Amino acid sequence: MGGRMSRIGLRVASGLTLAFLYIPIVIVVIYAFNDSKNQSWVRLIDSIGAHGFGETFSLHWFEVALNNDQVRESFFLSLQAAVGATLVALVLGSAAAFAVHRHRFFGRDAISFIVVLPIALPGIVTGMALNAAMNAGIRGFDVGPLHLTSPQFGIFTIIVGHATFCVVVVYNNVVARLRRLGYTLEEASMDLGADSWQTFRRITFPSLATAVVAGALLAFALSFDEIIVTTFTAGTEQTLPIWIFANFRLPNARPIVNVVALVMILLSVFPVYLSARLAGAESAGSIR
Amino acid sequence: MHNRKLAALAATAAIVAAACGSGATNAPSTGGTVPPTAPPSEPVATAGPKIIDAIGPGEGELNLIVWPGYAESGANVPEYDWVHPFETKTGCKVKTVKEAGSSDEMVTLMRQGGGSLYDGLSASGDATVRLIKEGRIAAVDVEKLFPEWKNLWSGMQSPIHNTIDGIHYGVSHGWGANLLMWNTTVVTTAPDSWSVVFDKNSPYAGKVTAYDYAIYIADAALYLATAKPDLGITDPYELTQAQFDAAVALLKDQRKIIGKYWGTYGDNITDYENGTSVLGTTWPYQIGALKAEDPPIPVEAVLPKEGATGWADTWMMSAEAAHPNCMLMWMDWMIQPSTQQQVVEYFGEAPANLKACDLIDSKPGPYGYAGFCTDQHAADDAYAAAIKFWKTPLADCGDTRGTTCIDFSEWIKAWDEIKAAT
Amino acid sequence: MTAIDSSHAIPTSLLRRASAALYRRPRLVLGALLAPPVLWLVVIYLGSLVLLLVSSLWRLDPITTVIVREPSLRNFAELFSFDKPYLGIAAHTAAIAAIVTLVDSALAFPLAFFMARVASPRTRGILFIAITVPLWISYLVRVYSWRIILSDDGFLNWILGFVGLTGPGSLGDLPIALVFSYIWLPYMILPVYAGLERIPQSLLEASSDLGGHAWMTFRRIILPLAFPGIVAGSIFTFSLTLGDYITPTIFSGDQFIGNVVFGHVGVSGNLPFAAAYATVPVLIMAAYLLIARRLGAFEAL
Repeated sequence: MGGRMSRIGLRVASGLTLAFLYIPIVIVVIYAFNDSKNQSWVRLIDSIGAHGFGETFSLHWFEVALNNDQVRESFFLSLQAAVGATLVALVLGSAAAFAVHRHRFFGRDAISFIVVLPIALPGIVTGMALNAAMNAGIRGFDVGPLHLTSPQFGIFTIIVGHATFCVVVVYNNVVARLRRLGYTLEEASMDLGADSWQTFRRITFPSLATAVVAGALLAFALSFDEIIVTTFTAGTEQTLPIWIFANFRLPNARPIVNVVALVMILLSVFPVYLSARLAGAESAGSIR
Repeated sequence: MHNRKLAALAATAAIVAAACGSGATNAPSTGGTVPPTAPPSEPVATAGPKIIDAIGPGEGELNLIVWPGYAESGANVPEYDWVHPFETKTGCKVKTVKEAGSSDEMVTLMRQGGGSLYDGLSASGDATVRLIKEGRIAAVDVEKLFPEWKNLWSGMQSPIHNTIDGIHYGVSHGWGANLLMWNTTVVTTAPDSWSVVFDKNSPYAGKVTAYDYAIYIADAALYLATAKPDLGITDPYELTQAQFDAAVALLKDQRKIIGKYWGTYGDNITDYENGTSVLGTTWPYQIGALKAEDPPIPVEAVLPKEGATGWADTWMMSAEAAHPNCMLMWMDWMIQPSTQQQVVEYFGEAPANLKACDLIDSKPGPYGYAGFCTDQHAADDAYAAAIKFWKTPLADCGDTRGTTCIDFSEWIKAWDEIKAAT
Repeated sequence: MTAIDSSHAIPTSLLRRASAALYRRPRLVLGALLAPPVLWLVVIYLGSLVLLLVSSLWRLDPITTVIVREPSLRNFAELFSFDKPYLGIAAHTAAIAAIVTLVDSALAFPLAFFMARVASPRTRGILFIAITVPLWISYLVRVYSWRIILSDDGFLNWILGFVGLTGPGSLGDLPIALVFSYIWLPYMILPVYAGLERIPQSLLEASSDLGGHAWMTFRRIILPLAFPGIVAGSIFTFSLTLGDYITPTIFSGDQFIGNVVFGHVGVSGNLPFAAAYATVPVLIMAAYLLIARRLGAFEAL
């Protein structure tokens, strides 16, 4: 009665939420195959009615997208930036997680707060701050007889920007796992004669591996899709989101954007699946 | 716990402040007026700026800031491609073409990365003088560098927006006006006056659009010059407080009938495509793009009887350009008659080099036709004089009113108010 | 922990001696661990934030358009004055952010609850993937797809046309709230799921043993324990809405904090003013974070 109704109601509500989440994605997928440049839905339906599915849908824009130099270059740049940012985030995030979990020190509580700041603050604030700092760095400053300058805007500055807000996802995952592990296994290992390096290599690291990988996958996703901070730190370079932003309002490029979106959907299923399996049902929730 | 956190943050701030103070050694400490991203300060040349008069070997790369449509590589219309021929001819790969939506954006971009991120830009008159005064633009000896320069229309050879004290800071590209465009299926009577976009009781309320940038206040002032002659507006960019307030009030009223402003040409095009906008100001480029769509969006445009604001664009090179020779080669390329033909046909403007007109008349491209140049008033001094080209509003009115005019920073703040008006 | 007694016949390689030495010097290890992240986050990131804050006290000289480094509060005076639009814009943005947060909480909860407590592990895994995949699709594409859906000849009007209704159109507060709710939804679902998942089954059983029926258990046990998760998710929905400038540009003629800030820094180059206005969302979020921390949301992240 009451229980049954609420069970059905729960499923219906969940289904509606999922539908809400996916309808726009389905639409993008449909449009990737839309032969016409025009983006009107009504025209699409009319075209199906008038000319049938064969004339309305095609793989034409897939071909155009593959041959588009800018799309390829920006895709690979995004890939490079994501890999770089993830590696940096892994190092920094894990180091910070270990430091916070294993030691007590002045400012320990502040670390969790500071680590989450880049993601909690609006992207435009992070972007403006980093942009101003980078411009100042490029202008350079004098340290005694030396004139030190930081690198020009480019892949390096993009990675710096991305890594800053990717640290938190790695940090949170590793800290959560460290808390769950406790010290007992490591202490047992040491009691049995292993030194700290052996303990780390044989006991600690394997237990952490899945959390680290889950964090890395999420950091990768965050970096790959980021637009706002990247706009401020990319200079003349174009990552894939920047390319999309420059092109998705242009009649000639919009169909290509739809294709790119579809490809990103397909490419993302595997890493997400992997991340879900690795993290397991347990720490799946401690994403950030 | 809280105290420790605050102490840590305070310590950080102190360290940073100290570094900030001592780190500003690149800034001359005279009153602290320093460009935000100035290159290491060059000595102010007492004998005049260094004028470049020779093109060396190309560096193989070029990064440009352009108005949309000024650096086409065949991606939009295959016949309009002047980037690939340039690359083949000079070996300079056009690596970056950054399309800007407004002059301010161009100026801001030119300041990034110490001024050497971009090699050059196509600047309108409201950006040129600012950039020159900031020392960001290289002076060029146009006669030695660009043989084609002598064929430019007299009005475009040494205009005041890119030639100061006889020194040239670039080559003119072309010029044109901001037009009134409408969707012919919705707006059935062809308008001929800007009053239709300022009409409080407009039948198209909610579907009117306007250029989302503070310089549009000049358009309102230009309309008021005819509609309210007692305000005495002669120069829509140099307004007294009373004139400025009237223009702002008109725009706040206009806000009520505006559905959406357009900040980039892509937004403008998309808004007409899906019917969000049916009436408003535009650049010629969007008109051509909408008409060329499949199916074409039914639009027409007119230069209204009150006149119009416009733009005169110059190719300029950054004083800190990383690839100066390639940039000079580009500037030379852009005033060639064949390039000029393609550019002005595609964008819809008047060329700086009148020889392009002969080419357009004899062998027009997809968007061109015989008589194109006449329609654009290419060699028409009187017409060009009547267009109020974009320039930076300064406090110095430039006439008997002294320095009582409203400068551009006030325009920007007023624009925020206008857009937020209810 | 007593150190290994190296007088016994245990092989002492260099590595082993190094690890032993490090083990005895935890502070050294700590320093090595902390140095890189601290250097990065505190010096580079916090440092640039502080610089941004400092620059909000400067101003842009209108004539020469250079930044004058004379500290003053004039930017803030202008921002917070009542005859300027900026307070209103901030209030409008915060209101939209609050609506989006409420809508997302309502939408996320059933699905998160289903995943956490009802679904089988396999279904849970599939649902988890289903929720995370949209995050991998470009934010821009997802926003733009709503443009297609909401425009006059778009999907929504077409569907509603069958029952004689029309959609809200693509301009205004309603479409914007709708799009924001859509975009940030996964960021709300995941922390709520984490929070719900943590509730031990024993508590629920105890509650029903003590005579509480489903609704009471829900209201008294589940909801309060899930609340930190909701707060954690709301950090994202609120913060992301406060700072966004891309969606408002596409769906509205109105002003939001994000596009005013972006207009002033990206277009006008007026960094001091933009920085001053940007402190508004920063302050709001700092306060929000501190409250959220107190409510235990950080554990649920």
